[in-house]
Amino acid sequence: MESTKKTIIVFSGDFDKVMAAFIIANGAAAMDDEVVMFFTFWGLNAIRKDSPVAAPDKTFVQKMFGAMMPRGPKKLAMSKMNFAGMGPKLMQREMKAQNVMSLPELIETAREQGVKFIACTMSMDVMGLTKEELLDDIEYAGVASYLGEADESNVNLFI
Amino acid sequence: MTAAAEELKALTNTVVVDARGTSCPGPILAAKKAVRGVASGAVMEVLATDSGTLKDLPAWAKKMGHEYLGHYEDAGYLRLFMKMK
Repeated sequence: MESTKKTIIVFSGDFDKVMAAFIIANGAAAMDDEVVMFFTFWGLNAIRKDSPVAAPDKTFVQKMFGAMMPRGPKKLAMSKMNFAGMGPKLMQREMKAQNVMSLPELIETAREQGVKFIACTMSMDVMGLTKEELLDDIEYAGVASYLGEADESNVNLFI
Repeated sequence: MTAAAEELKALTNTVVVDARGTSCPGPILAAKKAVRGVASGAVMEVLATDSGTLKDLPAWAKKMGHEYLGHYEDAGYLRLFMKMK
């Protein structure tokens, strides 16, 4: 069977949903598929660096967004049973006990497997996220690029 | 048709990939990682404890063009066999 393309839109910044997105992305890449992940709105928080990055040109509202949104995969909240952050901690502990790869590991593996990460520049602007705050060596684009990739893809997910 | 356990047990010189203890998608990531080191026509044997591997590895093999031969259960884990394309 020839290799095909999969496109995944990561809109959610919920820990559990981002986990699902990266498990699918890694599985597809392991099956020799080209995988493109678009990070938009809350999904951008999954590819944020975990330490604060100086961003002097931000507006007050952008600074607020930056301070209140989770920095990176370790800080994401769950869509259900978050319990003020206890939920993800418990789930991570359970996943470790079951030998499930952690979210940072899944992200790292996806990168090693050549999964393409594209950050939506429009939502970066709205939320005041700069390129320096996101993972290095990713691409930046908008809806037309996504649609162009989706045209060539046979599976498209919105998560 | 997949091979019977006796036939699989008789296979020698298999390249063993130990993915025991890992959960989805660990076993197929391990198989994918090991594939470069396995010659065409050789048999890869994946050891796994995640029961989903029984369905996942044949699906992976089909997609990648390898021939899935079958599996049998050993002491608490699965042994799955593929002939590499």
